Amino acid sequence: MMLKGVGISKEFLRESRGTNRFFAVQETDIALESGQMTVLMGRSGSGKSTLLNMLAGLMQPSSGHILLGDTDLYALSDKALSRLRCEQIGVIPQGQTVLHSLNVVQNVCLPYTLYGEDAHEADARALLERLGIGALCDVKPAELSGGELRRVAIARAMLRKPAVLLADEPTADLDDENTEAVLGDLKQAAQDGAAVLVVTHETGAERFADRLLRMNAGALAEVSPAGDSGVSDGL
Amino acid sequence: MKQSLVLRDLAGRPVRTAVLTVLTALLALTVLGGTVIVTSLRRGLGALESRLGADIMVVPYEATTQKKFENIVLQGATGYFYMDSARAEKVAQCAGIGQISPQYFLASASSGCCSIPVQIIGFDPETDFTITPWIRRSYGGSLQKNDIVVGNDLNAFVGDTLKFYGVECRVAAKLDRTGTYFDTAVFTSAETIRSLIASSQALGMNDFADADPSKSVSCLLINAAEGCVPEEIVNDINLHVKRVKAIQTKEMISGIADGLAGVSAVIGILIAAVWVLGMVILLLVFTMSVNERKKEFAVLRIAGASRGMLAGLVMKQALVTGLLGGIGGVLLALAAVLPFHTAIESRLGLPFLLPAAGTVVLFALAAILLSVLTGAAAAAVSALRISRIDTALILRGEN
Repeated sequence: MMLKGVGISKEFLRESRGTNRFFAVQETDIALESGQMTVLMGRSGSGKSTLLNMLAGLMQPSSGHILLGDTDLYALSDKALSRLRCEQIGVIPQGQTVLHSLNVVQNVCLPYTLYGEDAHEADARALLERLGIGALCDVKPAELSGGELRRVAIARAMLRKPAVLLADEPTADLDDENTEAVLGDLKQAAQDGAAVLVVTHETGAERFADRLLRMNAGALAEVSPAGDSGVSDGL
Repeated sequence: MKQSLVLRDLAGRPVRTAVLTVLTALLALTVLGGTVIVTSLRRGLGALESRLGADIMVVPYEATTQKKFENIVLQGATGYFYMDSARAEKVAQCAGIGQISPQYFLASASSGCCSIPVQIIGFDPETDFTITPWIRRSYGGSLQKNDIVVGNDLNAFVGDTLKFYGVECRVAAKLDRTGTYFDTAVFTSAETIRSLIASSQALGMNDFADADPSKSVSCLLINAAEGCVPEEIVNDINLHVKRVKAIQTKEMISGIADGLAGVSAVIGILIAAVWVLGMVILLLVFTMSVNERKKEFAVLRIAGASRGMLAGLVMKQALVTGLLGGIGGVLLALAAVLPFHTAIESRLGLPFLLPAAGTVVLFALAAILLSVLTGAAAAAVSALRISRIDTALILRGEN
């Protein structure tokens, strides 16, 4: 299933600057295709996370539509959009994002347990095993390192085998070994059929990309394999 | 499973859960404890009024100068005073009297039932209209010579024999509890108390050594005849009968009623203060807790929770802690008030009669409900705020 942004932009009001309005994301199109890992690079504040949040159904665009298949995300009620995100869109947010009152496997099973469904604990344990933290299933997040917590977030996003996987700086603060491992996990998800978007400023991430995008001051552009930016826009 | 997320989160944050539970327990404890105490005081006053059961009390003038009679009649102090029955006969001739009956007082020196002296009250079964109806609830027969009826708090039972001034008296009945000082008194017929007074005099243990028991009474209880005004009868007696004092019982208990009103007001203010304070603290705790957990709520949101589900999570946690705290507070209140009601009674110096069990249960349920609703109201503000969170901004650490 394809996730598309059609004519989307995000405009914020900001009184502290000279002008009251600025575009975090300038009007653009983007399409994430199944089986592909798209890497979006850019400097801090260039609008990468804003774009990802709009695609995740967490931030309404100022203009345009986000379509998952034929479904316009922002035409849905919050309840329906939340359910759809739970089932179809896996989000790996920035930073350490776990519930500290739950153990690792309970955190991973959240997308199921939230709606009172069977927890699929066996699947969660197998996934954690595959991600290399199988031995930590029953421990509390407080005992985990940064890299391990990131993998818990990846496992939680991947458990329902969503059609779309959106990762925001999934390798920030990780060492090289963990960075390689995490990007490898996301690449594997793409190879398993998901449409994967990785937002990062890690230069090493290009190696895993099927497609490379760059964002600069809210403007999105495709980067050629050689690394030239701004080859084309309207993606 | 959603439910278990609520419980797991509560269990995973024991300090926060304990604070919320203890706060709501404090609310329930105050409301139930205060309500039971105020209700018991009101019932005690009602019981005292009905036990006095007369419009007017006439006592020897000497007794009023030392407030002795009020201490004996209202405060449960032991003591006695007498007047010549000729004075009683003059009182009986006053206009407007519907019912009149004498009573006789004597304080026991000691007895097997009690560690302290008890008040013995004699009445004339032929004319009595205050004590007899009450005794009939516990004892259907008529009192024979040396038969006594004991108050509920005395450690004596039907068939026991108690010795007062060398006279052996048989316990014919034990009265229902009234919550007043009558619960520690002994009641008997005029015939029996006269013999007890005579024995106390013979043993040299009566301050009124010269009084003739057969020609003495301690007080007269009077009910106004239909259509007559007690106040006019009181004035008539005080004007025309020497060395007696007639008092309206309504005035006698007005001091107690005033005391009760004061205690009720203090308890009411205490309940309101604890409630407002508890509500404010609960609001703060929920607000702080939600602020502290914003990122966790954002995690739930990206995992697929709707805004309604986030608000529901906060509200369910408030309901669970409110229910736990409410039940805990109610149990604490019952444990504090029920076993120690006599201590509360003696500390407050007011008649105290606990409500019936069914009423206490209703009060307890109401206290639990109020605690739950207060917790929910305090959480509602936070639930509303959390339902409006901007997940994207929180995840970027900007909110």
